[in-house]
Amino acid sequence: MTLTQAETAAVVAIWGKIAAQADALGTESLERLFSSFPQTKTYFPHFDLSHGSAQLHGHGSKVLGAIGEAVKNIDNITGALATLSELHAYILRVDPVNFKLLSHCILCSVAAHFPNDFTPDVHAAWDKFLSQISSVLTEKYR
Amino acid sequence: MVHWTPEEKHHITSLWAKVNVGECGGEALARLLIVYPWTQRFFSSFGNLSSPTAIVGNPKVRAHGKKVLTSFGEAVKNLDNIKATYAKLSELHCSKLHVDPENFRLLGDVLVIVLASHFGREFTPACQAAWQKLVGVVAHALAHEYH
Repeated sequence: MTLTQAETAAVVAIWGKIAAQADALGTESLERLFSSFPQTKTYFPHFDLSHGSAQLHGHGSKVLGAIGEAVKNIDNITGALATLSELHAYILRVDPVNFKLLSHCILCSVAAHFPNDFTPDVHAAWDKFLSQISSVLTEKYR
Repeated sequence: MVHWTPEEKHHITSLWAKVNVGECGGEALARLLIVYPWTQRFFSSFGNLSSPTAIVGNPKVRAHGKKVLTSFGEAVKNLDNIKATYAKLSELHCSKLHVDPENFRLLGDVLVIVLASHFGREFTPACQAAWQKLVGVVAHALAHEYH
């Protein structure tokens, strides 16, 4: 499942707007994840996950930052996220189902903030793109 | 029986009161068919589904989306008895329509995204959580009579 040229363009087109609010969107996505899917909190027993927490903000920033790297290197996501892939495989070992849950919450945040830009085409492209990132991050699991 | 907190019930019913069922239903089904094209397998009689534009403009898609979301309204009206509400529909989806229940989960998630895009800031994490619970319960109820 590789991105077509049109899908790549759709991903990149909305990225500018997302990047401008990356920290807030990242934080909101995590809040949505932890509210809707409380089991995901089990990966963060060491975090203060309350609204406004610095750790939540910092981590949201990290997540969107990594997505930004993937956008910048959209033709070589595997290379761009190689270190993150190893981190998830050997250290973090987050169960693969959770990548779908976080991807969904990121899409919700983007849809809520940019409803006019989040057309069905853009929605499809981003769903596929996040799914590609998830594949890369779980590639080395076994 | 599912337990709903007063807050969850409020998030669900107050948002539902503002939902344009025809518009959101059509949009949710269209996005399902666009984002997950394999779901088109159930709609070979719908005519032109060859592009996102065709799907969005397809009157059968819009009509069916409205039908599906209208039925969803029954869940909102019967939060304390969703399983019974969907027993017949579940049997229909299993024996006549042969729909893999995974599709109920996919459509539920697409509906949540459509609600997010329509309600923006109002669709807070807490509001989303209530709706995720609802779409999950509906999906479960629709799969319940499968055999």
